[in-house]
Amino acid sequence: MLPWRRACRKMADPSERPVSSSIEQLGRTTVRGVEEVGYSCALFIESLLWILIGQFIKQPVRIPSVFAQMMGMGIAASPIVFILSFAIGVMLAIQIIYNLKTFGAESQVVVGVALSVTREFGPLITGILIAGRTGSALAARIGTMQVNQEIDALRVMGINPVRYLVAPALLAMMIMVPVLTFFSDLAGLLGGAIYTGIELGLGFDAYVDQSLESLKVNDIMQGLLKSEVFAVIITLVGVTNGFAVIGGAEGVGRATTRAVVLSITYIVIADMVFTYFLNR
Amino acid sequence: MRNNGTRAAIEVIDLVTHYGKREILHGINMSVNEGEIMIIMGGSGSGKSTLLRFLLGLGKPTSGSIQLMGRDITRMSAFEMYELRKIMGVAFQGGALLSSMTVAENVQLPLREHTRLDEKTMQIMARMKLEVVNLGGFGELMPSELSGGMIKRAAVARAIVMDPKLMFFDEPSAGLDPVVSAELDDLILRLRAVMKMTIVVVTHELESAFKIADRITVLDHGHILMTGTVDEVRASDNERIQSLLNRRPGNEEIHADEYLRRLTGM
Repeated sequence: MLPWRRACRKMADPSERPVSSSIEQLGRTTVRGVEEVGYSCALFIESLLWILIGQFIKQPVRIPSVFAQMMGMGIAASPIVFILSFAIGVMLAIQIIYNLKTFGAESQVVVGVALSVTREFGPLITGILIAGRTGSALAARIGTMQVNQEIDALRVMGINPVRYLVAPALLAMMIMVPVLTFFSDLAGLLGGAIYTGIELGLGFDAYVDQSLESLKVNDIMQGLLKSEVFAVIITLVGVTNGFAVIGGAEGVGRATTRAVVLSITYIVIADMVFTYFLNR
Repeated sequence: MRNNGTRAAIEVIDLVTHYGKREILHGINMSVNEGEIMIIMGGSGSGKSTLLRFLLGLGKPTSGSIQLMGRDITRMSAFEMYELRKIMGVAFQGGALLSSMTVAENVQLPLREHTRLDEKTMQIMARMKLEVVNLGGFGELMPSELSGGMIKRAAVARAIVMDPKLMFFDEPSAGLDPVVSAELDDLILRLRAVMKMTIVVVTHELESAFKIADRITVLDHGHILMTGTVDEVRASDNERIQSLLNRRPGNEEIHADEYLRRLTGM
């Protein structure tokens, strides 16, 4: 047998590999994960520094760029946020009325919808939607720029890619995700109001009054606080995966998928942690 | 200042770089005089693109130093490097124009970031630079609407908009037909003549290299085989250089394990 064939077979044969290969793999994956988290944190801190001190060292984060991103990721997403949140509001009303019927307490549907939407479903649905829409777009955009050497071009022109690409996106997301979440809350409550009106004959004004009575500022702030964290998660996961792209168009596709999956996973886990600590 | 009255614009001293555990550049020494066109030539995997990345300050070498205009970029802070980049221009292989901007906006970008010129002046300067590269009427197009040669020329316009002293080209002729390639060669010669730039061109296109080079550095597997004028390189009796010049495959023997290691990086 030719020597290179022998070498090939040796590498391909699992029996020739060390017994500890799976443990090694686990170790490598863990180290890679820790590195990625570290890199994301570094990006976050660097972006905040550019936002805060960039203008004092003549390298400001460009406001028009922030507005452009706010339009793209915020305003343009509002119709789909409205539709989904409205549908969630209707679904919640259906479920709550159905379940409360058992106890003859259907009138409590307003409290259930109001609290569920503002504390949980508004931020969660908005977060998931923005992760799928904007997180993937961020990863694809930066990944494509990486593949096309546009990031290198920025560097050699003396333009810091974090200042130019990450900081405006982070700022825009930190402004727009809470705004969209509030919009989502309103859409969800509207959905609940309309269904409740049809099913229980409760007037819109009465629904609004009851909602305002049952909601505290803290409930809305809880959702907005969560959405702020989701905004940071979506941005950092998107840009981290974008910057890590290797291997052309296929690499961009992989990074985009990974960014969406990881963003949604982190959002749901973060939501669980928040809910646990904020409701004890 | 050298004995012959020229000054080194670029000086690379004992440059060693690694990719993982693999050594890519093995103690590179080279210098480029002010106003000179230096070609870095070599086959695929010779390390020429890696060398260019380090010349551009896009990575930190394992050891050695790189001096641009007398300043060691391997020991510079980010802020010092930011200042130095204002006198550097780079035309990447694929152009690397920002796809979300028009050609004119791409050319204006360095001005927008590094100067406080008003909008009108920036537009005029961008138009002037586009005229230099014969793209006068194409400023409002998006990069996706340009041909390969036009993208490269637009990238040159962006690179020279700050009137840099050092200009780097990465494979300017790659993927272009001979006519467009010759136009780019003429453009490089014109830039040197008009703007007195020091120019480094990484290429493996022999015809282009011989046409524009003052001197050529030939790289092979991370080593410099020779540096000399076009005639000196042509007259070299080095077997690897002759293989490269005559487009003959070298008769290098690689052991199977070594071949697999190179292939898989393991």
